[in-house]
This record gives sequence, structure tokens and C-alpha cells, in this order.
Amino acid sequence: MEHWRRSPLVFWATSLPPTFWLVAFFLAPLAIVWVLSFGEKQGLIAIAITWTFDNYGRALNALYLEIFAKSMWMAAVTTFICLVVAFPVAFAITFAPERWKPVLLLLVILPFWTNLLIRTYALIAVLRTRGYVNFTLEWFWDQGNWLLTLLGLGEAQLLGERFEPLTLLYNNFAVVFGLVYVGLPFMVLPLYASLDRMDRSYIEASLDLGASQFRTLFTIVIPLAKAGIISGVIITFIPAMGSFLTPDLLGGTDSQMIANVIERQFKSANDWPFGSALSFILMYATFFALALRAMLSKSGSAMEAG
Amino acid sequence: MAAIGIPSRNGAAPRRWRRSEPIGPLDYGRRLWLRLSVGAVLLFLYVPIITLMAFSFNDSRRNIVWNGFTLKYYEKALNNDSLLLAFGNSLTIALISTIFSVLLGALAAVVLWRFHFPGKPSYEGAMALPIVIPEICMGVAMLVFFARIGWPANMPWPLNLSAIIIAHISFSFPFVAMVVRARLVNFNRELEEAAKDLGASEWQTFRDVLIPFMRPGLVAGGLLAFTLSLDDFVITFFTSGPDTVTFPVKVYSMVRFSVTPEVNAASAVLIVVTIALTVAAMWLQNRAGKRNS
Repeated sequence: MEHWRRSPLVFWATSLPPTFWLVAFFLAPLAIVWVLSFGEKQGLIAIAITWTFDNYGRALNALYLEIFAKSMWMAAVTTFICLVVAFPVAFAITFAPERWKPVLLLLVILPFWTNLLIRTYALIAVLRTRGYVNFTLEWFWDQGNWLLTLLGLGEAQLLGERFEPLTLLYNNFAVVFGLVYVGLPFMVLPLYASLDRMDRSYIEASLDLGASQFRTLFTIVIPLAKAGIISGVIITFIPAMGSFLTPDLLGGTDSQMIANVIERQFKSANDWPFGSALSFILMYATFFALALRAMLSKSGSAMEAG
Repeated sequence: MAAIGIPSRNGAAPRRWRRSEPIGPLDYGRRLWLRLSVGAVLLFLYVPIITLMAFSFNDSRRNIVWNGFTLKYYEKALNNDSLLLAFGNSLTIALISTIFSVLLGALAAVVLWRFHFPGKPSYEGAMALPIVIPEICMGVAMLVFFARIGWPANMPWPLNLSAIIIAHISFSFPFVAMVVRARLVNFNRELEEAAKDLGASEWQTFRDVLIPFMRPGLVAGGLLAFTLSLDDFVITFFTSGPDTVTFPVKVYSMVRFSVTPEVNAASAVLIVVTIALTVAAMWLQNRAGKRNS
């Protein structure tokens, strides 16, 4: 790498356009939102910048704190489910035959590239009252009833008078289901990356010395995969916490997350200063999570080295 | 999908291992429950998408029971003018934003790869910001920005798409920069020095040595930017107006009303387009990586 002073002309020619774009069309918009978050709404559109902290104060209301807590809780549950589900998958891919690895990885990543909206829409068709899950359950119910009739138990109506479809959509379950659906690829990849780098002789040694597979998993494999687990947890948690579309389309009235509240401030409640404050709080939470990841992975690598 | 990890053909015994051999302690790839977990996750990921696509060919509005093959929902989607307009808008936006993203991303990658300059870590951090911040925050920022600076709204097509295009470039070009920079890491500096020793100017070296080397990264980054732009809903949702509806925004408004096979048909088209682009991008990157090593 050369110091920029050695060829300043090339440096300026190459760095100016992207820097200009970043500043003008990314940092400036963020700065405007930041300034607005200290403003006060006056009338329908007018906003006066009074450098008040009222918007942030309002965000500490029980109502909004609850929504923040709920967003974090949903994101945490999602992350936990993703971790539990993705770990065996990443482990299996690590130990799959060489030529199957890229195929399996591609299969895991591919859904990530299909449109989020379409994937969410696909889940609606799966989960709704007349959706595939309920349809399958009803089929089983019918078969069960038929079998019971065959056994002469038809009159007893052991399975209830008629099939009651499960309410799978427009509730918190649907939101977590959708978030797990979206988040799984984010979790598999970092786990795979760290498991694939692991020195397998440690596992071998542990097994040779008489530890059970179970004990080897918890005392050898998981500690060695710590960096990947931390990465996976955080990059699943961040988008889950800030997700808008999944709670919007799959959630009910009581499964609103923070992004939905932000959207409402801008699209219907028309309270831009408050919406700005909320979106900056969400951003600070994101930065906090990223800093945590950097810190934890640093301490993790220090441990490995030591 | 069922035959994960078993390279057997037609049920014949695999060439390398025989089924009768006991599973070794480290042979996790052959353990049934691990294979099942991979299979289950892949089913979980793909069944919704595949059923969605399959039912776009279903001759029934209720969309649950298979009633026979039909293309009428594709026909319907093709005759839906507002849907077509939205699709056209999406492609236009994706194309223009890809061109700009590749240019800006490539320049940013070259700067970060080639130069030392004061404040570089913060510069890199700022460049990564569009990748890490929640989409909703970026969408809100774009909405506020264009409203506050009074970006003209009633311009003729395609200028009316400019706000969306600008927003898309802002979140795509850092991705391109990342991809291109990863490619540049493998560049052999001596090539550049040789070109300069032989009398090539800075520009000639850039054009004839560096750009050809970057090309696979540029193509992969471009495809990535195109897919990102085509797929984006949240940020577009905040920057689009009533006259500048993109395909995902249109599908969103359709989905809010009902689940119809028409939406399935439109979605199936978009899925095929994006998957083809993604596979192409990965293949190109993979090939470039192999050729290099």
C-alpha cells in the first residue's frame, strides 16, 4: 500500500466520487434524521429544531419500552431457535464429502437471495387458516375419523365434532416463524465457517480419551466454535430486531415490533421527530450489538492464541 | 435433497465407502440424525417457495387443492398494466443503480486497497455503515432527506425514479466495493509496477492491467447490486410515491388485500430471475477464485 501523498492526483480522482456519494446521499440523510430527532412538531408539516430531548424521553414511556423489550425478546427467541437448528446443519455440512459442501452451502444461501417479501408471502399461504399446514392437519383428522369409524368408534367423536384449524397466522408465533425462516442462512454461514476451520484432532483426542460424543460436543466443539457462534448470534439478532416486513405481514395487532412503530410515525401518525428519535435508538442498539461482537470476538481470539 | 452426503447412483453401493462399514466416530457426515437435520432445514427453507411457485400454475382461485395445470394467472399478470409498469420500473431502477454502484464501488475498492491515508479506519467504517444499519433506518433517512431538500416529485419518467435510484445506489455500492476489494487482495502488485516500468501512464495501467484483473469482481458485484435493487422493499417503500411503484411495492399492496394466484405468478417470475442472477454471480466468483489460485 502506498501513502496517498505519493500520487495525490490518483488518490483524489478515485476517492472523490464514492466519498461524495457516501456523504451526500447516505451520511447527510442520516444526519438530517439525527437533527430531526431533537426537533418539535409544529403543525402538520412544520418541524422546529429546538434541541429538545423530549422525543427520547417519550421513547422511554412504558408503551414504547414494552415494544422495545418485545422486539428484543422476539429477536432473542428467533436467534436461539436459529442457533439450535443451524448448529447441526452447519456441523453436518462441515463433515459432508468435499464435493457436496458447495452444493449444500449454495442451497442454504439461495433462499436468502429470493425476495424477502415473496418469502414472507409464501409463509402466509403456508400458515393461514385455509393454508397448507391446516389443510394437512385436516387431512390427518379426516383419516383419523375414518379409521375410528372403521373401528366402530365413529359415534364417540373422539377427535371433536369437526376440524378446528389452528390459528397460526397473525400472532407472535407467525412472526417468530417468519423471522427464523429469514434468519437461518445468516446463522448457518458463520457457524460453518468456524466449524470448518476447527482442528478435528481435538475431537478425535477427546473421543479417544473416553469422553462421550455429548461431552465432546459441549467441552470441545462448542468452545472451539465460539467465534462463529457469537458472529452468527449477532448477525441474526440485528436484522431480526429491526425487521419491518415480517411483523407487518405475519403479525397481529399485539406483535408490532419497533420498526412498525417507526414506520407508523412517518407514514400515518406523521410525527417525524419522534420517529427519528426511535430510529436512532434502534441504530444505537445495532451499534451496541456490533461493538459487543467485535469485543467478544477479540477476547475469543486472544483466548485461542493463549 | 434426500440423498445428502450419499454420492450413490441408482441405489448402487457408493464407490468409496460401503454401507456395511461401521460409522466411524468422526464420520458425522454419515450419521442419520445429522443428515435428517440438514434435510429438514432444506425442506423448511424450500417447501414454501416451491409450493408458491407450483400453485401459480394451479387452476383454482382458492389456491390449496391442485385442480390442474394452467397458465392463465401468468396471462393475467401479463395483462395487468400496473404490475407490468411496476416491473418495468424495477428493472430500470436496478439497471441504472447497478451501473452507478459498480463505478462507485470499484473506485472505493481501489482507494481502500491501494492507499494509506489518515482516517482510513473511520472511512472504512462509514463505508460499511449502509450494510449494517437496519433497513428501516435507512428507509426513513431517505424519506426525510428527499422531503427536506425538496427533491422534485413530478418529473417525467424515468427521472421520477431518481430518488429511488439514488437510495438504491447508496445501499448497493458498498456491497460492490466489498466484493471488488476481496478480488483485489489477490492482485500481484508487480504487474502494475511492470506496466509502469514499461512506460504505461497511470491511466493506461488502470485501464489495461487493473480493470481486466478486477473484471470478475466487477461482474459479481454488478449482479449482486442488481439483485439487491430488484429485491429491495423496505427502503423503496419509503422513497416511492404513488407514481413510482416498484415491483415489490406493488406485490406488497396486492398481498395486503389477498392471497391470489396472480401474485404467485408474478412472484415466481421474480424468484426465477433473482436465483438465476445469484447463481451466475456465485459461479463467476468461484471460477475467478479458482483461476487465480
